[in-house]
Amino acid sequence: MATTTPDAGQGHEVRATTGLIIEDLGVSLTGREVDVVDDIDLVLKPGEVVGLVGESGSGKTTVGTSLLNYSRAGAFISSGKVLLEDRDVLKMHWKEVRKLRGEEIAYVPQDPASALNPSIRIGKQLVELQQLRGIGTSESRLQAARDGLAEVGLPTDDEFLKRYAHQLSGGQVQRVALAMAFLPKPKVLVLDEPTTGLDVTTQKMVLDTMAELCRAYGVSALYVTHDLAVVANIADRVAVMYAGQIAELGPRDTIFANPAHPYTRALLDSIPHLSQARALKGIPGRTPSPGRRPDGCRFNDRCAFVVDRCRQEVPELRTVAPEHEARCHRVGEIGTWDINLGTVPDADPEKPRDVILSVERLDVFYGRKHVVHDVSFNLAKGEVVALVGESGSGKTTISRSVGGLHKDWTGDITFEGRRLANSARRRSADDRRRMQYIFQNPYLSLNPRLSIEQIIKRPMELFGLAKGKEATERVVELMGQVALGSQMLHYPASRLSGGERQRVAIARALAAEPDVMICDEITSALDVSVQGSIVELLEGLRLERGISMLFVTHNLALVRSIAARVEILQAGRVVEAGSVVTVMDTPQQDYTRKLLSNSPRID
Amino acid sequence: MTLEATLPDPLAEGAPPRGRSGGAAWALWLARRLGLAVLTLWLVSVVVFLATAALGDPVRAILGRDYETNVARREQLEAQLGVGDSIVSRYLDWLGGLVTGDFGTSLANQLPVWEQISSTVANTLVLVLLSALVMIPLAFGIAMISAHFRRRRPDTVIQTILLALAGVPEFVTGILLVALLSTSVFHVFPAVTISTLDGHPWDEPKGMVLPVATLVLAVTPYVSRIVRATLLEVLDSDYVELARLKGIPEAVVMRKHALLNAIVPGIQVIALQLAWLAGGVVLVETLFAYPGVGKQLVDSVRNHDVPMVQALSMIIAGVYIVVNLVADVLSILLTPRARTAISS
Repeated sequence: MATTTPDAGQGHEVRATTGLIIEDLGVSLTGREVDVVDDIDLVLKPGEVVGLVGESGSGKTTVGTSLLNYSRAGAFISSGKVLLEDRDVLKMHWKEVRKLRGEEIAYVPQDPASALNPSIRIGKQLVELQQLRGIGTSESRLQAARDGLAEVGLPTDDEFLKRYAHQLSGGQVQRVALAMAFLPKPKVLVLDEPTTGLDVTTQKMVLDTMAELCRAYGVSALYVTHDLAVVANIADRVAVMYAGQIAELGPRDTIFANPAHPYTRALLDSIPHLSQARALKGIPGRTPSPGRRPDGCRFNDRCAFVVDRCRQEVPELRTVAPEHEARCHRVGEIGTWDINLGTVPDADPEKPRDVILSVERLDVFYGRKHVVHDVSFNLAKGEVVALVGESGSGKTTISRSVGGLHKDWTGDITFEGRRLANSARRRSADDRRRMQYIFQNPYLSLNPRLSIEQIIKRPMELFGLAKGKEATERVVELMGQVALGSQMLHYPASRLSGGERQRVAIARALAAEPDVMICDEITSALDVSVQGSIVELLEGLRLERGISMLFVTHNLALVRSIAARVEILQAGRVVEAGSVVTVMDTPQQDYTRKLLSNSPRID
Repeated sequence: MTLEATLPDPLAEGAPPRGRSGGAAWALWLARRLGLAVLTLWLVSVVVFLATAALGDPVRAILGRDYETNVARREQLEAQLGVGDSIVSRYLDWLGGLVTGDFGTSLANQLPVWEQISSTVANTLVLVLLSALVMIPLAFGIAMISAHFRRRRPDTVIQTILLALAGVPEFVTGILLVALLSTSVFHVFPAVTISTLDGHPWDEPKGMVLPVATLVLAVTPYVSRIVRATLLEVLDSDYVELARLKGIPEAVVMRKHALLNAIVPGIQVIALQLAWLAGGVVLVETLFAYPGVGKQLVDSVRNHDVPMVQALSMIIAGVYIVVNLVADVLSILLTPRARTAISS
């Protein structure tokens, strides 16, 4: 890399590549004749970014790694071709494949925290491949590593190169991974949800860096994600995957303006908008796993437009318009889609408030470290207050202090006029019952060895609300309220999907009959479509039961659809607060404006 | 899918360690660990002393029927043991001796304890060290091969053999080795170690082979199985997947990316196993007539030679503590996260 400035695109030699052609790709499970993905045809033109979108379990990551002739243990690539300049990657000898990986097709992994080796210094990991292949001298490799880091906006000094992955923030790690992928100057890049879990500012930075580098080097990229809003900003074309097949494929603007497939429409319906509150909707049911996919159209059991034909005949990809294809029998019969469908009035800022919980002059400490400074806000009955900020802004710390999970704080937290003790242990059983905490990660917050019934029953027994048969009946009732079938009563938590687990966690909180629920990033580990259905559920609970919620999130668009008031946090201080409409339509602070402008949006 | 940590992680936010304070932080940490080690050793000394004192009157046991008749000998032994004094003062005397390097005098033959045990302690340490030198690369090598072929035939075969070796008592392995290599089939190595009074068993290197081989076979399965299990976990991690997708050859993935992160549990098991070996594997020592600590300890207990038992127990405890301390230091040095946490 001769230049260090990424915007000097013309300084780079844009190579004439033919891009990548995927033909009839299929991946199957070993031992069983079951397709994970099948019938994938996709072309990545040179310099083009294609978004591959779908819910968890749709097979999008499987397609992504197949481009590097890699499949996870338990699966194998069973058919098809991946053509890179007329060479079939899938037919190559494994030695050639290893050589091709990195140099010609590079991969950027999903999880920034676990994707870099914890025991190898950043600088060494960056140049490892070049060193093994004997490319350049050690000085030239080091210089290339520094240039690569500069391109992604990271420090290039020796001290930084000597760091380990755990000494970097999530965004820094992800940009190191990006620099590492670009270092050998690949022709094709596969990015597997590289920004999931990053806050909006970092996400924007990573996405911009990626787009710039792709343009500068003429790299074709496949961007795998579950969030359509993310690809809205960077992709040239979008492929929507469902249950192992491409459901719809087309230019970005067409997909967002004229989605032809009911599934694409359902995904778009689940995305919150920054400009206006929406009644978010999830997609009923869950993505069928390989081997359990229905006959006919695979989406028929979740589709709002289903007819008998969909259950019997397998649809083919049909051309809707030039370059726009959809796999649906009823293309053209189901009317048009409007982005403003489902918008609802914003929460009324003038509504009288009956304060139930108030936080005054809260200062929180971790040991000697002062992390939250003088934060005051309150929460009214039946109201949702959102705490918004980047990672490290103290939003989770505040919610943990309110919930009594973190006790090293000063100030006053009053609940119906009574000051609450610092730690939950020293609060009365009734106060504990009336304030319930829902955790971010449903994979860690449910005991995998207990059945759903035991999990939901526990708070009832603990607080003496019900027991025995009566408790079981109430569990079934609660499961109905969170849209879980009663057949799941005896399932262990480990059998459920992420969204189902989070519903169980919500049912567990509801079992205590709370007045306040503290929701700590409860949708950020979930697919956008699942987030939609969880938000729908919470909104119903708020209206029916008048439960107040403290909603912690980094997603401002989500705030618009769920909350009435918002507290914008930066480095442990509230920088702006007020009703959602006021703050988001007329932000007063630069920080708020920056957060808003960095949020991915489709509206 | 990554999630933000629920608690702010002090490591993630803090600046990386600076050279100046790093050294001081390390010294402080090491001093604390050494202090703890000394404290542990002191507690062991209390337990050892109380246990040997609770055994009953050693003088009566040693003299047996002569207890009533041989008054001169009885009085001499009682004076040596300080039978008349309180238990506290006897303990303090003994502890004072230990601190100054005086382990006392043997009751059985009136020779200084240290003179008698120094050569056996050295013998055992050499045996353990040789076994470790052979065992560590062997165990890691087997683990890597096994992990590479996970759940396929070579892995199954290796795991079955290892489990069988772990299940067979070490003296049975020894007997089989003797039968195979020394008496019945081949006659390559001597069946016993012959050591002269002043010499050491390793003066005849051939004689060391079978004892070392037996111990290696006894310990390797444990270490190898633990390292394999950790390796399998690491091989499933995202960073190994990324290394493969980056185009790193599999051998390098295994050596550099996987092994480096799987080594720590291995070190902990190695430490426990080596400490166990240092405690003396009496049956193996007896089998090969190897003049080691275990055999001497059993003899001393049988002779009611209290000072010898105390000294040997303290040395074994010392080896345990030192080996585990070394293992902890190595583990931390090999875990960057823990290492940077100390120096910052």
